[in-house]
Amino acid sequence: MKAFNVVDGLVVPLDRANVDTDAIIPKQFLKSIQRSGFGPNLFDEWRYLDHGEPGQDCSARPLNPDFVLNRPRYRGAQILLTRDNFGCGSSREHAPWALEDYGFRALIGTSFADIFFNNCFKNGLLPIVLPASEVDELFRRCEANEGFRLVVDLPAQRIQCPDDGRMIAFEIDAFRKECLLNGWDDIGLTLRHADEIRAFEERRRGEHPYYFS
Amino acid sequence: MKAQTLYEKLWSSHLVRQEADGTALIYIDRHLVHEVTSPQAFEGLKLAGRKPWRVSSIVATADHNTPTDHWEAGILDPVSRQQVETLDANIRASGALAYFPFRDARQGIVHVIGPENGATLPGMTVVCGDSHTSTHGAFACLAHGIGTSEVEHVLATQCLLQKKSKTMRISVEGTLGRGVSAKDVVLAIIGEIGTAGGTGYAIEFAGSAIRSLSMEGRMTVCNMAIEAGARAGLVAVDDTTIAYLEGKPFAPTGASWEQAVDYWRTLHSDEGAVFDKEVVLDAARIEPQVTWGTSPEMVAPIGGRIPDPATVADPVKREGIERALKYMGLAPNTPIGEIPVDQVFIGSCTNSRIEDLREAAAVVRGRSKAPGVRRVLVVPGSGLVKRQAEAEGLDEIFRTAGFEWREPGCSMCLAMNADRLEPGEHCASTSNRNFEGRQGMGGRTHLVSPAMAAAAAVTGRFCDVRELA
Repeated sequence: MKAFNVVDGLVVPLDRANVDTDAIIPKQFLKSIQRSGFGPNLFDEWRYLDHGEPGQDCSARPLNPDFVLNRPRYRGAQILLTRDNFGCGSSREHAPWALEDYGFRALIGTSFADIFFNNCFKNGLLPIVLPASEVDELFRRCEANEGFRLVVDLPAQRIQCPDDGRMIAFEIDAFRKECLLNGWDDIGLTLRHADEIRAFEERRRGEHPYYFS
Repeated sequence: MKAQTLYEKLWSSHLVRQEADGTALIYIDRHLVHEVTSPQAFEGLKLAGRKPWRVSSIVATADHNTPTDHWEAGILDPVSRQQVETLDANIRASGALAYFPFRDARQGIVHVIGPENGATLPGMTVVCGDSHTSTHGAFACLAHGIGTSEVEHVLATQCLLQKKSKTMRISVEGTLGRGVSAKDVVLAIIGEIGTAGGTGYAIEFAGSAIRSLSMEGRMTVCNMAIEAGARAGLVAVDDTTIAYLEGKPFAPTGASWEQAVDYWRTLHSDEGAVFDKEVVLDAARIEPQVTWGTSPEMVAPIGGRIPDPATVADPVKREGIERALKYMGLAPNTPIGEIPVDQVFIGSCTNSRIEDLREAAAVVRGRSKAPGVRRVLVVPGSGLVKRQAEAEGLDEIFRTAGFEWREPGCSMCLAMNADRLEPGEHCASTSNRNFEGRQGMGGRTHLVSPAMAAAAAVTGRFCDVRELA
């Protein structure tokens, strides 16, 4: 997993609530047995005017000029600004894979769906929850100022607005922060406790043998 | 001892260790595996030189990508075929408690085959790389959907990294009206608390109306807990649970069964247990529900109308409704009963069990598909459900009415296979998500119960199933 430290990135505003994982990456792309290559199909049904299928050359497809990611001023964005309940619906990890493959490193919104939120941390993607008033203000500034950037500083747990130096603090679990900062694979971390897991398992097998047949 | 909620009992009985910030390692009893979210996990395991921790925890099947007709021809889409063959190869190499591959007599939707085979037992932790794993909470299991990295983590360590959820109890009290089913209950709940209302919570469904539901009905309710934002839904063990499980292939027998039942009887929230949030609904007020928008919370009773966004003050919400109505091709204030229906889908992990098919068949018997309806798909949840339905003659009722009787699978719930809507088509669907494009690009999904879907199929519009009797 790619480590996350400080990201200074262009911000794109996706001003809608309840963006579901079917919208982030439609089902036809889930037939892949790979972990990579989903970026060109991120938001496929909103981003293109035609119907997408796996294996297409997306550079030749007609873009929807009204979709915010396609506007030239947001090209190369690394930070996605969004609303409530982003990532709801299916548990498909293809959603964070597609966001990461497109080039996003951080997501800022008022709330994220549980499974999606969890999946982000496994892929070096940082979802940040801020109060609605802060998110409203960021939308306002982002839309008003072309080239609007933010600096996401994970070690300091704050977002800096380079235009006026304003700082916004954010919360993150200590364990998740450490894993992101170091790009750690959590399987390796868990296996350090293999003896404890084995002991638990043996005890459980003794008490509830019917779960182990 | 302090009174505990069911969730707290399940959590503490699976807690292996806990870090200072609350991150915990939870032991996993049952790992359900399907073709779409597992290939990258098995590949990751192989690349790291790791082996599955306990293969007897694994129950696998192919369901998302498999066709529902012409099984003799195999899987025609080469990309889908490769994914299903990859699952075959992975399970062959690793081993499993059970594998029901494509075309097996017991193949089916992963959330249907677990319970019907007794592979889902009360008191277990159950995971699957699928958000609708919450279904299994109907058996007082701590069950939730996970991502592919977590699938790999569970394969490698038999544990999941988790933080404890908050607890919510939703009590549905009283008696459900005639023609009102578990699906209507859960849609009404989502309409009440919203699609993010359960985020961060494990929801226990309680109350006399929930206790009166069959296991099939309870599974329908827990299945859609995720549509309310909750990773896990729960129902306490009672006689209905025990009776359902007795004699199932993987359920314990003899003295082991007695020992298990003694333990399972303790799997309920204690008297006086405190929940972080309580919601109460009056069962008698719940009517048959129909969704009109692109989020399950956009729902109305059959006698209702589509809301007018002009009357909504919150701008984000207003724009959400406007966007949904534009996508759905519907005007504000339209009566729900005037929405036309082009296709009907009866199936999915929400509503493809035998009871669901019986409810639909009871409405269809003696009637036929309305002329304006292009196609009605009936897709049983598993091979076992299919054979049971055929033994009862339900397939004949559907065929006679002009419906298509298909092979089991996820089918048009997510339209990964060839079963899908054409752009602009309205579909009465017993599935769980009405998101944009979910059942096919440009398709317009309306979530309903099996009886309401059947009623829509024979009348060509959404109508109150209670008036069809």
